[in-house]
Amino acid sequence: MNTNSNTYTIIYSTVMVVIVAAVLAYVSVSLNGKQQANVNTETRQSILSSVNLGQGADEASDKNAYVEQEFNKYITDSYLVDAQGNKVDGDAFSLALTAGLKSQYDIMKQANPDVSKLTLPVFVCTLDDGSKVEIFPIYGAGLWGPIWGYVSLKDDYNTIYGATFLHKGETPGLGAEIATPNFSNQFIGKSIFDGGSLVSVTVVKGGAPEGSAHEIDAISGGTITSRALENAIRQWLEYYEPYLEKQKAER
Amino acid sequence: MKKEIYQNPFFKANPVTVLVLGICSSLAVTVKLEPACVMALSVTFVTGFSSLFASLLRNTIPNRIRIIVQLVLVSLFVILIDQFLKAYAYEVSKQLSVYVGLIITNCIIMGRIEAFALGNKPWPSFVDGIANGLGYGMILVALAFIRELLGSGTLFGHQIIPAGWYEAGYMNNGLIILPPMALILVGLFIWLQRGIQKDLIEK
Repeated sequence: MNTNSNTYTIIYSTVMVVIVAAVLAYVSVSLNGKQQANVNTETRQSILSSVNLGQGADEASDKNAYVEQEFNKYITDSYLVDAQGNKVDGDAFSLALTAGLKSQYDIMKQANPDVSKLTLPVFVCTLDDGSKVEIFPIYGAGLWGPIWGYVSLKDDYNTIYGATFLHKGETPGLGAEIATPNFSNQFIGKSIFDGGSLVSVTVVKGGAPEGSAHEIDAISGGTITSRALENAIRQWLEYYEPYLEKQKAER
Repeated sequence: MKKEIYQNPFFKANPVTVLVLGICSSLAVTVKLEPACVMALSVTFVTGFSSLFASLLRNTIPNRIRIIVQLVLVSLFVILIDQFLKAYAYEVSKQLSVYVGLIITNCIIMGRIEAFALGNKPWPSFVDGIANGLGYGMILVALAFIRELLGSGTLFGHQIIPAGWYEAGYMNNGLIILPPMALILVGLFIWLQRGIQKDLIEK
């Protein structure tokens, strides 16, 4: 057979592509459930770790089940808030996944953001001692790819109770350090308001002064990632601010 | 089967230090040992099976589109690996991020298919692919060992350098985490190999 003829080449490539596409489609569909479960578990685990819970997950025999159980136990309420601070209906968890956070971030980063479209997820966590902590997701652009995280505030809506940050592809050992507890634990106890105005948390070079209420130490060699994280936190907290003010007034 | 097929890739014709292929990924994924090991295994799987299938199909592939056929084969296995890592080794797949997809562009794979699998029977081609993948993986693991130990003071994430050293003023080497230092390390490996194996030195 002449393997160099046009007909043979066209038939050969068509058949090959169809077979390969069928194999890949089959694998993708059959693994999709498991992959989505991993993504959900990661998000639940990050939300839990922002309130300093869920540490036993890596030792658990069935991690997905363990994380889901802990999540359902501690996260007692979740809802969406709009840019005016009103609660709106919707599935908070799916918007707290990276894809959901990105959809909200895409609205924010437009030149004239249409804030009426924003719906931001909030999670309410009831701790073992009965006190309530609220968790606010954040999302932004890092140096190489997206960075996102979950910041929890005590019920004074001012003091940070805990924080967790994640990233897609920051430099290992440098920007990627934002995902380590050593970095995120610095946020614990910082306050985001000064007087009546939102100041968020800023990163500083060369070590935050002892007892500083709004500053944490940036990562050496990871300046761009640190700054990007600072901006992401500020940007999202500004959109959460009406909600925070309302909650404070009600308290 | 000739012994050279499975012996050469480990030293005499190592894909990284002698053929100087696959350099980009060996700089990118060797900051920590765990992703380096997974990368090594993934590349071994892809080189082995794409060589096997290329060899099985070698008499039917139209010559004019053979590179595209190879590319489709390679990407098939790479996407399979990517999907399985996402489902069963999610943490590692996150660390490797884009580099799993970039296995497609690893010159070792296409190089072995072009140079070996298209002219040899399936079994030797498979062995050749696996051996080359492991030869590449060996360099990856060696690089990652040095880089993780000196750059982070850990191995597989476990602290190796005692805390007392840090108190005494020892610091992790930040430079070794960056790709340029990995390139210098690869250069040192090549130097070492050429010192041992004199016939590689150009006249």
